[in-house]
Amino acid sequence: MFLTHLRRELAGRRRQTIVVAAGTALAVALVMVVAGVSAGVSSAQASVLQSVYGVGTDLTVTQAAEPGTPGEGAPGERFEFGAGDGTTDDGSTQLSQSTLSVVRGSATFDASVLDTVRGVDGVSAATATLALESTTFTGELPDQQAGGATGGGADGATGGAGAPDASGTAQAPPTGGADGAGGTAFGLDRSTVTGVEAATTDVGPLAGTTLVDGRALTADDAGQPVALLDETYATTAGLAVGDAVTVAGTALEVVGTVASTTADAATASDVWVPLDTAQSLSGLAGQVSSVSVTAASAADVDAVAAALATALPDATVSTQADLAASVSGSLTTAGDLVRSLGTWLSVAVLLAAFALSVLFTVSGVGRRTREFGTLKAIGWTNGRIVRQVAGESLVQGVLGGAVGVALGLVATLVVDAVAPTLSAGAVTAGPGAGGAGGPGGDVPSGGPAGLAEQAASAVTLHLPVTVGIVLLAVGLAVLGGLLAGAVGGWRAARLRPAEALRSVA
Amino acid sequence: MSRATTDRTGAVDAGRASGTRRGDRATPDHRSDPTPDPTPERGSTMYQLTDVTKTYRRRGEVVRALDGVTLTIPAGQRVAIQGPTGGGKSTLLQVLGALDRPTSGSVTLAGHDLSTARDRELTAVRARQVGFVFQGFNLVPTLSAVENVETAFAAAGVDATDHRRRSLEALDRVGLAERAGHRPGELSGGQQQRVALARALVTEPAVLLADEPTGSLDEATRDEVMDLLEGVHRERGLTLVVVTHDSAVAARAERRLRLAAGRVTEL
Repeated sequence: MFLTHLRRELAGRRRQTIVVAAGTALAVALVMVVAGVSAGVSSAQASVLQSVYGVGTDLTVTQAAEPGTPGEGAPGERFEFGAGDGTTDDGSTQLSQSTLSVVRGSATFDASVLDTVRGVDGVSAATATLALESTTFTGELPDQQAGGATGGGADGATGGAGAPDASGTAQAPPTGGADGAGGTAFGLDRSTVTGVEAATTDVGPLAGTTLVDGRALTADDAGQPVALLDETYATTAGLAVGDAVTVAGTALEVVGTVASTTADAATASDVWVPLDTAQSLSGLAGQVSSVSVTAASAADVDAVAAALATALPDATVSTQADLAASVSGSLTTAGDLVRSLGTWLSVAVLLAAFALSVLFTVSGVGRRTREFGTLKAIGWTNGRIVRQVAGESLVQGVLGGAVGVALGLVATLVVDAVAPTLSAGAVTAGPGAGGAGGPGGDVPSGGPAGLAEQAASAVTLHLPVTVGIVLLAVGLAVLGGLLAGAVGGWRAARLRPAEALRSVA
Repeated sequence: MSRATTDRTGAVDAGRASGTRRGDRATPDHRSDPTPDPTPERGSTMYQLTDVTKTYRRRGEVVRALDGVTLTIPAGQRVAIQGPTGGGKSTLLQVLGALDRPTSGSVTLAGHDLSTARDRELTAVRARQVGFVFQGFNLVPTLSAVENVETAFAAAGVDATDHRRRSLEALDRVGLAERAGHRPGELSGGQQQRVALARALVTEPAVLLADEPTGSLDEATRDEVMDLLEGVHRERGLTLVVVTHDSAVAARAERRLRLAAGRVTEL
């Protein structure tokens, strides 16, 4: 009887059923999409972090560049060419020079810090990295005796990397002046090179990558001229396993290519080399730029951070939470938008749907005064009437929930198919980075300001559909139904049969 | 059990109903009923009202709907209550039907005091001992005829077996077996009232209370419905209380009462 009555009522009052279910469905679908986007943004953030800092890294130890000496690299990337540099051919001189220096804004420190870190209680693993930046300058000049040494100056005229020389350059050329520098061409190519402890794979930036081709670095590679390439970089540069990549004038054998495990972001570096190779190539023997630390247990992270800060007073110790805060770009904007606007919108629509459901149920009870009065007169208990009303509301809620889940899935799939791309960058060098990157911001090749955000990457937003999200959606629909049923049932229970019949009469 | 049991469809209620009808003293079934089953013989007291007053407030004024009503209705009697509108007829019916308690005085149904009973007990009395027929039929519009009859079984404490069969038999008794699947909106007024009658009788109550049962019907249909009412009254020996404006309906009763300004007089 209960089910028959319920079915007949819902079918008999189809318009009300559809309106209430549609309201619930809309709210549920919205909640699903918002929850999905929120989860998607979180996972995108995680993937960016992972690609930059590696999986399993709880803490990083870095040292901020001291003001006035931004990094160990030369300020403004100075290239010096002697008179004999370059090759002359067909009336023009080809120039090429590479520098390998520490990423702007970060500083190196003695590798002995690694031992200090390993000695701190609660540290289960630690590895050191040396993040470097390789800049290759190539140029072509018209053949002349006096022109050789001013390549940096010419570049400076457009951007300022070598600003102090700019005026000199303008006055210097006896031939082929500013308007007639025919055949003059410059190129600046930058790539990131990271030195990693070859045998360490469970912590550090390389831990967030998977091998695509070739082999990984091993302990035997220490000091050897070998390199791993980021898959994307390798493709762009037209390199494959077995080829040679030139870093700071030295040819390194490409032994493998790696990709980010999340596949959504590039790895943190274009070229990965053994730590001591990086040190010798850059002339930074015994120096590292960052130490990645894994705490023995997640609960200890803060304690370990404090202990590290005490042991290394000059260092900057960052936890994952700090790192997460450093993820910037539209990803963060999307995250904020979802969390604020999306959440409030969901809550508003949900409340509206609940209110609609309650309103319809209460008005339905009002319309059915005669029916409920009669049923009470023939002996129905209040409990039975409440059950009937609540059951109808609940089924409406569940119907709305089911439609809403379907709608939400479709919407999620649509967003997933569209796959909006969000940019994200992780600031690696802490507070000093922005300032250090400033001076050369207009360099045409992308600019040092961009370099401060190492591994700035485009992350595709994927909306996960988890059982949790579906359960949340269904739970909300059921809650709405129960709420409406409770209010409606309470109203129906309050009807006294005599009054109900009297009011009808 | 007596002959009364064998021609009855509801085995569980047979004891009570057979007692009501034939005066057989069957053992009452108290398994889940908070109220004692009335098993009055014809002629024994079904209702005893003593100095019953019912007042309520309407727009700030106290309305005295029943004013010291003292009345005895024997089991199996066919009573008609007449009187002007607002005279208290419907209020009396609600007190008799355990829908409302009197403000003062006492009402007993087969010896059970309704004026002090709790809500739960009144609900059980309505479910088991009283059948209602209303002027407006009061069928559930979304349910079919047979499903409407079945709602009577959904009431508290009524045994849940073979509802459908018993409901169909009740519909057959009022001549609507072939209309069992129709909704109220697809039935004429007379047919709807017959469905309501089947609903009131399917649980075999001891008392049938009818509030203007023919008020919405034309003359021919009115006579049909009254014939039916009298038929089941004869068959089952149930106590029938009919509130009516219609003198023709009242004339068919054994006993006629007039209720005006809350006071009862015999006609």
